[in-house]
Amino acid sequence: MGEEVCSLRGGSRWGTRLCVLLAWGAALILRVACVLLGAPSVLGRRVEISTPVNSFMRLAEGYWLKRTGFSPYTGSTYHGSPLLLALFGPFTSSSTGGLPALGWSLSMFCIIADLIAALLLLRIGRSLQSAQSKQLICLNFTKYIKLPDDAGLGVGDIAAIAYLWNPFTIVNCVGGCTSSIENAMILLSLYGAAAGNVPLAAFGWVVSTHCSFYPAVLLIPIGLSLTVGIDHLPKKLFKSIIHCESSTKEPVGNCLSSSVDRSEAQCTSQDLSHDVSFTFEAKKLRDLMLWSIFWWTYILILCKISVGKSGSLKQMVSETYGFILNVDELSPNLGLFWYFFTEVFDFFRPFFLLVFHANILFMILPLTIRLHHRPLFLAFVFCSIVAMLKSYPSVGDTTLYLGLMPLFRAELSGMRFTFFLLNGYVGVALLSPVMYNLWIWRIHKNMKIASSMSDGGVDKYQMNFKKGCLYYAKHLK
Amino acid sequence: MQFHHYAVLLLVASFPVLIAQKLDEEEFSEELLVRPLPDRNVFAHFHFTHRLPPTVHYGSHHVLFPKAIFQIVQKFRIREMELSFTQGRWKYNNWGGVDPLTRLQAKPSGVELWAVFAVPDDQVDATWGNLTHALSGLFCASLNFLESMVMVAKPKKMFASGCGKEGITPLVCSEGFADHHASNQSRSKDQNILRSRVRYGALPREAVCTENLTPWLKLLPCRDKAGLASLLDRPTIYKGSYHSLRLYIKSNNFEEHQGINGDIGTFLQQTLSLVIPASENPSSGEGLKGFQPNWSLFSLFGRHLMGRCLLAKTSALYLEFEAPLVEKLKQLDFGTKDKEYCSLAGSEDEASLLDCSADSSGDIAPFSLSMVKDNDIFMVNGSPSSFSLERGAYGNGVLLSFNIPKHGKQQPLNVGLTWKLPITWSPVRGPFRATRFLVGSGNARGAIALVLKANNMPTRDLMNLHSQRSLEKESLVSPDMTSVTVFQVVPWYIHLYFHTLQVLIDEQPKSFREVIKWMQVVPSEDRTSPGVMEIELKIPYNASVITLIVEFDKGFLRIDEHNPDANRGFDLPSALLSFPTEQSEGNYFHIEATKSSAHFHNSALLEELKRRKSVQVYTEVLLVPLATPDFSMPYNVITLTCTVLALYFGSLLNVLRRRVSEEERLAKSKGPSPQGLLERLLSRLLRRRSVESRARIAKVLKLMLVAGMFIALNYYLSDS
Repeated sequence: MGEEVCSLRGGSRWGTRLCVLLAWGAALILRVACVLLGAPSVLGRRVEISTPVNSFMRLAEGYWLKRTGFSPYTGSTYHGSPLLLALFGPFTSSSTGGLPALGWSLSMFCIIADLIAALLLLRIGRSLQSAQSKQLICLNFTKYIKLPDDAGLGVGDIAAIAYLWNPFTIVNCVGGCTSSIENAMILLSLYGAAAGNVPLAAFGWVVSTHCSFYPAVLLIPIGLSLTVGIDHLPKKLFKSIIHCESSTKEPVGNCLSSSVDRSEAQCTSQDLSHDVSFTFEAKKLRDLMLWSIFWWTYILILCKISVGKSGSLKQMVSETYGFILNVDELSPNLGLFWYFFTEVFDFFRPFFLLVFHANILFMILPLTIRLHHRPLFLAFVFCSIVAMLKSYPSVGDTTLYLGLMPLFRAELSGMRFTFFLLNGYVGVALLSPVMYNLWIWRIHKNMKIASSMSDGGVDKYQMNFKKGCLYYAKHLK
Repeated sequence: MQFHHYAVLLLVASFPVLIAQKLDEEEFSEELLVRPLPDRNVFAHFHFTHRLPPTVHYGSHHVLFPKAIFQIVQKFRIREMELSFTQGRWKYNNWGGVDPLTRLQAKPSGVELWAVFAVPDDQVDATWGNLTHALSGLFCASLNFLESMVMVAKPKKMFASGCGKEGITPLVCSEGFADHHASNQSRSKDQNILRSRVRYGALPREAVCTENLTPWLKLLPCRDKAGLASLLDRPTIYKGSYHSLRLYIKSNNFEEHQGINGDIGTFLQQTLSLVIPASENPSSGEGLKGFQPNWSLFSLFGRHLMGRCLLAKTSALYLEFEAPLVEKLKQLDFGTKDKEYCSLAGSEDEASLLDCSADSSGDIAPFSLSMVKDNDIFMVNGSPSSFSLERGAYGNGVLLSFNIPKHGKQQPLNVGLTWKLPITWSPVRGPFRATRFLVGSGNARGAIALVLKANNMPTRDLMNLHSQRSLEKESLVSPDMTSVTVFQVVPWYIHLYFHTLQVLIDEQPKSFREVIKWMQVVPSEDRTSPGVMEIELKIPYNASVITLIVEFDKGFLRIDEHNPDANRGFDLPSALLSFPTEQSEGNYFHIEATKSSAHFHNSALLEELKRRKSVQVYTEVLLVPLATPDFSMPYNVITLTCTVLALYFGSLLNVLRRRVSEEERLAKSKGPSPQGLLERLLSRLLRRRSVESRARIAKVLKLMLVAGMFIALNYYLSDS
């Protein structure tokens, strides 16, 4: 989706660096210009950007209620974290009771969050790349797969720039919804996991889960990447290689289709088993748990203080997580839930709620088993599934997995129907607002079905996309 | 001024005592007030009052008091209740905005119900629900839609009658009055308790028709067979531009200190207000420009008033001339000095006599009263039994009172009005003209704007004077400020953003601290409770336009929450504006012109009108269109969405369990795929059979297993 601005092959190292810097600077200037030109007030209330969970208007209302002496969760308006209120509330409305300068200041926070997210993507990309190339070197795959050189753009650079220049990210950031901050938190946890920094990973996970609930599933990839490493080749592959090398003195090519020339091996099998074998670091997992508990306690205490006397933690839980799970509000968004639950008969509601939510849960275990050796990719798959099956998705969730996608450039290079998928995606992304406009603003009767279909279509494309990703990711194995 | 104030206090305080001396049996009274309106309409107000002594003294066997109402009161322990069915909208600017009668009967269109209960706080909601059901059965209305608290508000200031024990105080005691004289702590505590037991609900879309009127008439002892109610001809009533049926109950039966003030046990007030076009009479000078239409009771209702209801203690007919009309008439009087027609004149202090001689047939008379035997209008016996001057703040109005004969078969009382001179007048308007409208387009969001425009009319000076007078008395706010209380209930599917609330005075945004004196906001809960806004504003006197704007997001309803006619939109109940500094009160100084003016003393209607109340204005009902889903094809949506989900699930599963080429090849090289448990078992048991037959048996066994499981499940489920 993003424009790979600086795909200068063979350009000098400094030229590339300059180009990257320029891209970053231009992205920053574009955002600031959009904010200053007043885009937040236009974008901040679009359904594609703001949902009941991340809406800025609701944050302002929650802050107003809190300041008036109510619990911020009085009335079914605010469904976010009380900490966001404490942090961003003071920037929302003026005390005169006049109209707030909508999203202006929050958009500034979002810009910072976007930059941090891009930076984290960059770092995640680098550590991913180093992990991969280490393996490849060890397995003597370098002959077949070209290692990226230092002078060129790394995966991380591309991912960061793609994230910054993704129109969805820009729109989401300028719209001033809290999802860019949540995205930054998710990426922080992934970065912590990639860098082996347990407290950081736990912090990111706890905060993002606290804010939007769904990142809870990311605990598995985070735990995995902390314990077994960020990216591996499949276990079987290793075993067969090691087996080939140690026991039979035959060329490895007999064991594997993609043969490895033994003479070029730079690592011994001991090295292999030491470096990239699956030593399960239980200590890290224990640390992760302890840190998570610590951060949860910390966050909950802060919440308790922030909610104040008028509210309670129980109310907070029921109004944030309970709201996300119950899907009480049926305002349009990019997801599948709202129109379905508008139309479905009341007595089927609990059943379908269960089915819809279970779709995320059902896939956790199989995907974990299948992709346990590549926790980062697993995290990406989880993010994309969540973005699709969330009860209140927005473009913010889409930007997250679109931002992570370039990290798996190599895996996705063999994807089929790319042209068709990409065009379909863009087409649906453009048509969906049109349909919505016709239904809501022009008030054409019976336009809702078209709108919902196009919304569903986005999901379908996301799904196909992901399916493709998953499928072709395995081609490399 | 001081004296005046105390006089009112005394009046209010002494009224129950007056009644207490008299009331040891049930009472019923019927009254009708007719008033010509400036826009060629006539306003008729039927006022029926029942009084019942306290049950502790009197028991529960009644002669006159309707049993249905008594049972409702006893069962639901109602302290106070008002129910109104209204069709059309009261035009405050054309028909008067401040007089006590307007305050009494101007109601929002549709159904409005509020009640104060004498039950513990935790039972109030349940009691309210039962009450709505009982009333909906009694009045054939869809009041049961108010059962759930979705559209029911708990007002904090409005409707909470502050003067619970001071006799009968229909509607609201003036808020300011109640607040500033509640020196007694226990009393204010009582008020708090009362306020927590007030419920208010409105159904703006309810259609009002004869099916509501008939049960209402059934509550009267004479029904519509005799007395004033016999005038109520259904087609006439419903052809008018405004129609308001009202029922007000107040009961002292559940007061703790019943002995002290237990003068009236239960009080029931039934009123019906109509604005009907005055049909022209061919014999008079109709068609001439500027002439008001002539009318008589018969021409209005198409029926003759044949006599009184014999069960009624009081039975009276009043003809009211508003103060501005009287002023106009006076001017005409001064213009033409020599006359021998009905002269209506009232000086400031003493009302001069109403001189209406029988043979007054002067051509230049502004109007003539008529009591006619038949259809023709001629001026005989135009003398009412008594007349009174209403001394409000806006000058003097005149109230003529007629005795209704017991049996009027031979000579029905047909009060009529024939205009002799063209005359136009404008009624006394309220301090502000209130309009409420929606801002914005589309089905996603919008804003509600409430605009108050000062009525720029000569009486504004008068009003100023009056207000200052009332300010001196009550010192509510600083002298150059007036105050408005806005009460607005908004259904949950209109998500108000209270932080966007803006108050503009003369187009200038004002900060809350400057403008808002008191505010009570209850945000709406989805599908549970409505949003309620009660704001008391203080406004400088010279302000000409006051605007309140609140933004909202429109909610999206489930398919079964939409009304049958969903594309019409949803009605937002009227907002209620109250002006605590503007008191509407009538002071009737009756003049004993004739001997039979006794009923002036105990006329329930006049007592009612004498009570001080703040001016109230109901705004329009708003129609909000909401985005409608496709009602025709819920199945399509369900199947489409489920297909998308199934596609996702299936493809993901497919990808997950598909082996990549390497693994597949590896797996193949190991030999045939390992068999399932069943196959292995079978192969062991049936060694002699061929592989194919074994597979077949395995298949059949599997089917049987599945079928058995289903049967077991079915059995288990049906059992439980």
